[in-house]
Amino acid sequence: MFQCNRLREVKVARVRVLVGTKKGAFIITSDGARRDWKIEGPHFGGWEVIHIKGSPADPDRLYASQWTDWHGQVMQRSDDGGKSWEAVGNEFTYEGVTGTHQWYDGTPHPWEFKRVWHIRPSYDDPDTLYAGVEDAALFRSSDGGQGWTELSGLRTHSTGQDWMPGAGGMCLHTILIDPANAQRMYVAISAAGAFRSDDAGESWHVATNGLSSTSLPEPEAPIGHCVHKLAMHPSRPDTVFMQKHWDICRTDDAGESWREVSGNVPSDFGFPIAVHAHEPETIYVVPILSDAEHYPPDGKLRVYRSRSGGDEWESLTTGLPQQNCYVNVLRDALAVDSLDSCGIYFGTTGGQVYASADAGDTWEAIAEHLPRVSSVEVQTLP
Amino acid sequence: MVRVVLSSPLRTLAGIEGEVEVEVADHPTVTTVLDALESRYPMLRGTIRDHGTDRRRDFIRFFACGRDLSHDPPDERLPDPVSSGADALLVVGAIAGG
Repeated sequence: MFQCNRLREVKVARVRVLVGTKKGAFIITSDGARRDWKIEGPHFGGWEVIHIKGSPADPDRLYASQWTDWHGQVMQRSDDGGKSWEAVGNEFTYEGVTGTHQWYDGTPHPWEFKRVWHIRPSYDDPDTLYAGVEDAALFRSSDGGQGWTELSGLRTHSTGQDWMPGAGGMCLHTILIDPANAQRMYVAISAAGAFRSDDAGESWHVATNGLSSTSLPEPEAPIGHCVHKLAMHPSRPDTVFMQKHWDICRTDDAGESWREVSGNVPSDFGFPIAVHAHEPETIYVVPILSDAEHYPPDGKLRVYRSRSGGDEWESLTTGLPQQNCYVNVLRDALAVDSLDSCGIYFGTTGGQVYASADAGDTWEAIAEHLPRVSSVEVQTLP
Repeated sequence: MVRVVLSSPLRTLAGIEGEVEVEVADHPTVTTVLDALESRYPMLRGTIRDHGTDRRRDFIRFFACGRDLSHDPPDERLPDPVSSGADALLVVGAIAGG
């Protein structure tokens, strides 16, 4: 007589939080309950990790942008979820005639590669990824980061000679791709503005109509808006949300027109913006006081959530410091997971990483005392 | 055989502990030593001198025999104690804060 013991495999989702900091990368993991967290790192200790991002096509394929003033740019790749790393190609050469953009004093300044601000792996191929760099340009690799080719249609756009760096440099910091149509891309550059491509990055057109920036002599000018971050829900590629130097904005026609949705936030200055994983009209920002005062109003760290795609905002404070808090949250340091109860994560310039397992209602610090956090990305793993 | 001592961040990047020895033909120069070093450790390309121009990065210094060789022509012959292995070529991160 046989006794059949069936082992039932129960798959429990996991979360992997990828944290880039001023002095290395950290990987923070938990199971789907998101109560107990394990911190691993620093990886690349002593180097700034500007951005670290996983491939949607292969979650164990990670890419990291590693940089110091001394040694410049290094790109790293992992094939085992960050346990081991391999340095890949770090040669970013502009195509053709380099040309000039405006310098801070208005004089022409030649394009010079400095560093990679943002990595965007493709949705369907772990070996294909895009890199947004300073001075602003878009590069593509189709061999896992070994070789990089510029998509020069962006830098050579007719307005390129008028682009000017923001205070942090002329960085291309946002790359969005429509998951259903890889021909459709958006990028954002500080302080040039937002651009859209409908041919996979070969050509671009300005997507700033409706923006207004009082820091410009002509506030509605097409070029010169200091866009800090764009966010898009993958199911609605025509709707993009923007945190600008000042103003929170949205477009519902793929950047043909924007409108302000700052509503009742205590300050509409900030850097990051993110969209809930399952609710395309639920968005998050972290207001700071002003362009000079890069800390939260009243010393209270508050995430603001709008469930109406902007205009009406509620503050989320439970578990966050509500006195004497003067940290900032940088543009790539806010992310969401895709568990049923959407998790929200952000890192601060004070070295804390906060997580919410209930869409922002309550928060806990899952890391403290890290170096200044440059970026936070989250992977939801089976 | 030329001995090279790299700064800590470069050792971390290349996975090196201690100093490195590289084979270089007679009359080693900064250029030939770095060529040999980068051939053995390709991840160092672009981190000591720039891609394309091979120009020394601004915050990198080359020391040997108690001297700063950073501003010498990179194709100039290195001091004899470096060529003989009695002294090492130091690749140093300049003191620049941070």
